[in-house]
Amino acid sequence: MLTRRIIPCLDVRDGRVVKGVRFQSLRDSGDPVELAAGYEAEGADEIALLDISATAEGRATAADTVARVRRVLSIPLTVGGGVRSVDDAARLLDAGADKVCVNTAAVARPAMLSECADRFGTQCVVLAIDAARSSTSELRWSVRVRSGVECTVLDAVEWATLGSKLGAGEVLLTSWDRDGTRSGYDLALTRAVADTVTVPVIASGGAAGPHHLVEALRAGADAVLAASIFHTGEHTISGVKQYLVRSGMELRA
Amino acid sequence: MSPRETVIVRTGSANLASVSAGIERLGMIPRISEDASLVARAGLVVLPGVGAFGPAMAHLHERGLDNAIRSRVESNRPLLAICLGMQLLCDSSEESPGARGLGIVPGLVVKLPASVRVPQMGWNTIQPSGNASLLQESFMYFANSFAISQIPAGWEGATTTHGVAFASALERGALLACQFHPELSGQAGLALLRRWVERSIIGEPQPC
Repeated sequence: MLTRRIIPCLDVRDGRVVKGVRFQSLRDSGDPVELAAGYEAEGADEIALLDISATAEGRATAADTVARVRRVLSIPLTVGGGVRSVDDAARLLDAGADKVCVNTAAVARPAMLSECADRFGTQCVVLAIDAARSSTSELRWSVRVRSGVECTVLDAVEWATLGSKLGAGEVLLTSWDRDGTRSGYDLALTRAVADTVTVPVIASGGAAGPHHLVEALRAGADAVLAASIFHTGEHTISGVKQYLVRSGMELRA
Repeated sequence: MSPRETVIVRTGSANLASVSAGIERLGMIPRISEDASLVARAGLVVLPGVGAFGPAMAHLHERGLDNAIRSRVESNRPLLAICLGMQLLCDSSEESPGARGLGIVPGLVVKLPASVRVPQMGWNTIQPSGNASLLQESFMYFANSFAISQIPAGWEGATTTHGVAFASALERGALLACQFHPELSGQAGLALLRRWVERSIIGEPQPC
């Protein structure tokens, strides 16, 4: 039986892992190669590396960081941040990414998802969605782009559906409202998307402890992504996995 | 050519960095190539592959790599086929109706059922068949929408279930084919790669 996945996320800026609260007020917390290798040894099922460099020079180092992480890593590596074109995606895959996240560029030009899927296969293409609760409706979420600072009129659930039909093989769903708040994943959002799309869904944004991961998996997420709870050392991957198994989740032993 | 050299077939669209890194971790030297004569005669060859069945076969055919791979399997030279590489060994696939595969495995490549998440993305268990020599029960990492429906008669392999049971690996002679990614399957995957490499270098015991 296919197991659920625990995915520690490395937010990387200029080659260093930083921890973000709502993508701002960043704090340095380590070397991506060391952290990735440590997480694999602890039982991580996959590593996500999101490049949040603000400059062209910073983004140029992302491929180098991916290559350095790849050399030590024998589990899947998903990379995102600043992927503007099919060629950007190709560069990251060549450097050693197994999957590439597309966010803002896919909103600007949805056909890019199909082009990536045709060239690399759907299993390489992750649609990353930053979803913010609508102020007018309890159960609707709008898509934000450019690291969450720009709003769109796209409905997050509809965009996830369209994006997966166009060629995304997975959806990385981040709650803009919860990210960095440590108040738990947006479960209604997770459920709404997981119930609608047929591709796997990774829940992201808001985890403060293993109980939040259990909630997101129960809401239908196939995988859960978390950053700060692992970086600060307050929770280990193996400890979190034991907690999840006790809660009845199927995980890789 | 160094006996530690392992040729990785360039299949056009595949991400080869993970396969190369896995080969290097075993102390082997990866060499990416689409030279048909090298692929036919090299000591160890890996056929990776992500993307779609039809375009990947067209890429192999244009370069004569299809015949090179067939001839090395016929002469029982070591071959490791991964993910789409495994599916290419069959006659055809539901993914690309009309496209001809390598015809080495008499199996059918079918789409995974709509009752489960597709692509299958993540870790699943493989259950080896009775006389499998390289495969052992373990979790392996999968990223696939299609799979070979069953282990054909005359082959050993492993079975996995995602909605339906499918052949997650095949082995016969010097050929090992994996629907999962051993290079992304942590210690269990590396151990399988190591067994394949060691047996490929040492060879199988022959009757005296």
